[in-house]
Amino acid sequence: MTTRIFVPLDSAAVACGADEIADTLIREIARRGLDAVVVRNGSRGMAWLEPLVEVETIDGRVGYGPVEPDEAAALLDAGLLTGGRHSKRIGLVDEHPFLKNQTRLTFARCGITDPLSLDEYRAHGGLEGLARAIELGAEKTVAEVLESGLRGRGGAGFPTGIKWKTVADFSADRKYIVANADEGDSGTFADRMIMEGDPFCLLEGMAIAGLGTGATKGFVYLRSEYPVAIRVLGEAVEILRREKVLGPSVLGSGRAFDVEVRVGAGAYVCGEETALLDSLEGKRGQVRFKPPLPAHKGLFGKPTVINNVVTLASVPVILAKGGAFYKDFGMGRSRGTMPLQIAGNVKHGGLYEAAFGLTLGEIVDGIGGSTETGRPVRAVQVGGPLGAYFPRSLFDTPFDYEAFAAKDGLIGHAGIVVFDDSVDMMKQARFAFEFCAVESCGKCTPCRIGAVRGRETVEKVMRGERVAENLALVEDLCNTMKLGSLCALGGFTPYPVMSALTHFPEDFHGTPIREAAE
Amino acid sequence: MTVFKAFDAEDAAGIIAELKQLEGPLLPILNAFQARYGFVGEEAVRLVSAALNLSRAEVYGVVSFYHDYHQAPRGRHVLKVCRAEACQARGSDAVAEAVEKALGVTFGETTPDGQVTLEAVYCLGLCASGPSAMIDHGRLVARLTPARAEALVEEVML
Ligand SMILES: Cc1cc2nc3c(=O)[nH]c(=O)nc-3n(C[C@H](O)[C@H](O)[C@H](O)COP(=O)(O)O)c2cc1C
Ligand code: SF4
Ligand code: FES
Ligand code: FES
Repeated sequence: MTTRIFVPLDSAAVACGADEIADTLIREIARRGLDAVVVRNGSRGMAWLEPLVEVETIDGRVGYGPVEPDEAAALLDAGLLTGGRHSKRIGLVDEHPFLKNQTRLTFARCGITDPLSLDEYRAHGGLEGLARAIELGAEKTVAEVLESGLRGRGGAGFPTGIKWKTVADFSADRKYIVANADEGDSGTFADRMIMEGDPFCLLEGMAIAGLGTGATKGFVYLRSEYPVAIRVLGEAVEILRREKVLGPSVLGSGRAFDVEVRVGAGAYVCGEETALLDSLEGKRGQVRFKPPLPAHKGLFGKPTVINNVVTLASVPVILAKGGAFYKDFGMGRSRGTMPLQIAGNVKHGGLYEAAFGLTLGEIVDGIGGSTETGRPVRAVQVGGPLGAYFPRSLFDTPFDYEAFAAKDGLIGHAGIVVFDDSVDMMKQARFAFEFCAVESCGKCTPCRIGAVRGRETVEKVMRGERVAENLALVEDLCNTMKLGSLCALGGFTPYPVMSALTHFPEDFHGTPIREAAE
Repeated sequence: MTVFKAFDAEDAAGIIAELKQLEGPLLPILNAFQARYGFVGEEAVRLVSAALNLSRAEVYGVVSFYHDYHQAPRGRHVLKVCRAEACQARGSDAVAEAVEKALGVTFGETTPDGQVTLEAVYCLGLCASGPSAMIDHGRLVARLTPARAEALVEEVML
């Protein structure tokens, strides 16, 4: 039988030479007359091992990583096709502790299947959720999502079932499903990974949302910084149209649903749902006042479900296995699983899907294996650029929406960025203001002006100018931004700033900052 | 690597005709212009506004809002270095500095020979493998060090 070799097409692998590795392997297989094919899979999520080359053997899939492009031919020499010995061999991939201890519901297929093979998708449980949704009908489909306890994975954690029900109950001649694939938060890549590694899953989730709410058209708003995801998802849409999973009669149901992929133009604020809708309509991506809610008056003024990619990609498994099954995982009001994205200065970075409830310490020290530099962990930013910096003393905080809120933080899209003790927290506070200034949509003053003043004021502290007075001013500005901003860009920038000030006051001294922290 | 085409009104009209019937066609059209010509200039704005029945001010407002659009041609290549937090934690400041030095320009500038424009980008979704960068809307590189970044610059300068 033809041996299958897997070389990920995932951006994280490609950025480290996966395309060159695949090319070399294909060329060498032909030259040596070997009975093998190269499959471009998604990523398993072990970023430090990418490019992770796998081979299917009788015992299971054996992995090699991180493979350098110039090692590809040597892998074949070492007997890659039978899982031969090589210094980069990591053994059976499924047995790797990083994978073995995960609860993969949303990412069950990611890295395992060929992302663009519908046959493989079906063989691994794909389309079961959609088939069941068709069988159940709209009302019971929405009820299943409500029952699951699924909350939005884009950051705000709003119950998905309630959002869907609002749109389902609102009658209109046209409704839309919008997948928010703007994923601008530093430290996050779950949306990207699922779009590259299991794109049908997102599209299936969107189709289920369409059937459940009566929407016939879906858009994916995908950021321009994700060239691989744009290509793979685009191809996936074509395949599903050809196979009549999408189109005038979804899976032969007689119900219509189609999807279009739209590419953004580089604006962080377009991840905010109403700015995103304006952008899709062809306007400046400015935040809208609410009400009206997008669920009532969304895209082109029509009722619209807008959900994060991971939210939508979690729906197929919920429909296939039932809301009760999904709800069984997690803690408190955080039900199900979350794809944690462990990033920054960490030894074992990548995507780790687990039920809610692991503590920050378990994630960073345990799963992540602490810093890559080998220096002590000093700060961890959770939830992207608008998330708080956590010190080690808060490492017992469980990963849960409410628990993080109680510690003046947020879990956001579950990006976890680790910093070692060389970090200068005053610099990080300055960056938070700077980022807000660069990305502000400009609609309200506290954000547009506050961010610029904030950066200037931190810079004054850096130069040692009236330190106490200026720090009080920073705090005051943060309060104004928190209370007076229309959206979370201006409203949450105080989180990274204030957490840095509160937990790391020793960094906010007045002596001119040396660059010694490098 | 991409080489931009010189702006050509007929060619641009073709793009507009092809994309015009989309729901919300403005961004797809501007994206296509930016990708093809490397900028969205005055003439392009005039063409689009006429075709979509929008005022020039409206289209101009959109062009000026998004980081991806540029109103004048820039370098033949664009090098975007990630400056966001996860890459900072992995040493991107040193990489950024090395790139500036190797190119002889700072962020937002183009080399005098018009070969490379250096830009900051805030996250490429490669946050566990940073520091990372993107060359010309498609080629991704990760695990950069100052030395690897210098080698990359040399390659792009060719
Ligand atoms: C400045 C800003 C940026 C945001 N960026 C994103 C994003 O990139 N992706 C996302 O899904 N949600 C983002 N959100 C949250 C969205 O506004 C919205 O809550 C989300 O798309 C709803 O989907 P969900 O309920 O499935 O999470 C952002 C919000 C703000 C204020
Ligand atoms: S807080 Fe900032 S980004 Fe949000 S609406 Fe106001 S100006 Fe725009
Ligand atoms: S635009 Fe809101 S205060 Fe001026
Ligand atoms: S922070 Fe640089 S790639 Fe995400």
